[in-house]
Amino acid sequence: MKNLISMRDLSKEDIMRLMDTAAKIEKGEIVPNMQRKLAALLFFEPSTRTMFSFDTAMKRMNGDTIIMSGTGNTSAKKGETFADTLQTIAQYSDIIIMRSSIEGAARYAAEVVDLPVVNAGDGANQHPTQALLDLYSIIKTQGKLDNLKIGLAGDLRFGRTVHSLAQAMAIFGAEFKFISPSFLQMPQYIKDDLAEKDIKYEEFNDIEGNIDDLDILYVTRVQRERFADPEDYEKVKGSYVLNKKMLQNVKKYFKVLHPLPRVDEIHTDVDDTEFAYYFPQAKNGVYARQAIISILLEEV
Amino acid sequence: MSLVKTIKVNAIKNGTVIDHIAAGKVLKVIEILSLAGDNSVMIGMNLESNKLGRKDILKIENRELTKKEVNSIALIAPSATLIIINDFEVVNKSSLEIPEYIEEHIICPNPKCITNIEDIPSKYYIHKAGSVTARCVYCEKKYLVEDLKIKV
Ligand SMILES: [Zn+2]
Repeated sequence: MKNLISMRDLSKEDIMRLMDTAAKIEKGEIVPNMQRKLAALLFFEPSTRTMFSFDTAMKRMNGDTIIMSGTGNTSAKKGETFADTLQTIAQYSDIIIMRSSIEGAARYAAEVVDLPVVNAGDGANQHPTQALLDLYSIIKTQGKLDNLKIGLAGDLRFGRTVHSLAQAMAIFGAEFKFISPSFLQMPQYIKDDLAEKDIKYEEFNDIEGNIDDLDILYVTRVQRERFADPEDYEKVKGSYVLNKKMLQNVKKYFKVLHPLPRVDEIHTDVDDTEFAYYFPQAKNGVYARQAIISILLEEV
Repeated sequence: MSLVKTIKVNAIKNGTVIDHIAAGKVLKVIEILSLAGDNSVMIGMNLESNKLGRKDILKIENRELTKKEVNSIALIAPSATLIIINDFEVVNKSSLEIPEYIEEHIICPNPKCITNIEDIPSKYYIHKAGSVTARCVYCEKKYLVEDLKIKV
């Protein structure tokens, strides 16, 4: 692995190596040393959480970071080409971690510079480190990635996170339940991809009554702004809020994941149950990102 | 002799003939070759064809196509045959083949794609299974080739 740009580039073996490395880092079995290594965090589109997670990952390995955040700080406004900006930053750093609203920006960056590039989100396209930390959370709680039953709930149409996760889990033969308002369904091209791989999926409009056979329920937010008519939102929003009462008959090792930040799509009464896993999931993000950086810098 | 036959046998001395273009596609081929220059051009439209039922044909005097041009034409007219004429003789005849990978010729329809923001050439992988589709290397969006804007 030279870069991490898209989940499409990863084989099952690549993914398992990342999972294994993250687990060893978490258990302290391997201690990657990033002393004298500098990661450039270029967040042309701000995302505090993702940036903190990478920053923490690097610092936990004794590495350092330089941070460029928000479009205001970039030289893009002064007429410098994107390629020149990247080339310059590449002179100072050992790895570039980049987030942008421009789709394909990370792929292009990887072509321009010789350093490893990590895509920390490129518009509506890919967010592979999120997908990998989600996979790491799944393997930690289920003991495996193969043949699981996964529910994806909320906004499945615009949610880049659920698209990547569906594609990644398809490699492992998952079966899916897609739970969303009709107009926020999983896009056809994702469903075509799944059908091509003989992956089974069903579609539903309510969380309630549809989660008892699941191993994982991945909840995302249904945004009010997606609805043309606010009344339509009021009518359906209750169908996509998970509460404790709905969890009475779930499987023993069932877990609820959420990419965070949560608004009100998971009631706080779920937080104290053994099924809530969204905060540990965020912590797993640091281990997953440590593993990614270590592998790309060949420190493990 | 019918008019159609006359056009068909209207030979050129040196140049390129693109035969078996799917009927109706020849104007698009002309567009991507930007044939407004010095070359004499003969166009046949909607001619009878054993292979296709109806076909278009294009003859261009004193011009050989580049590999890039041929690749672009293949996307629009995958059924076409390319014939090179030298001193009224056919010196080469080949079927067009859709390339698996193509650079520059496709304009990515996604306005948020980096190829539409920075001055860099587009790159596409072509999938030929079933209907021919193309996936942008950068934004990873997939399109039907017939919906794409092609340029040379
Ligand atoms: Zn594109």
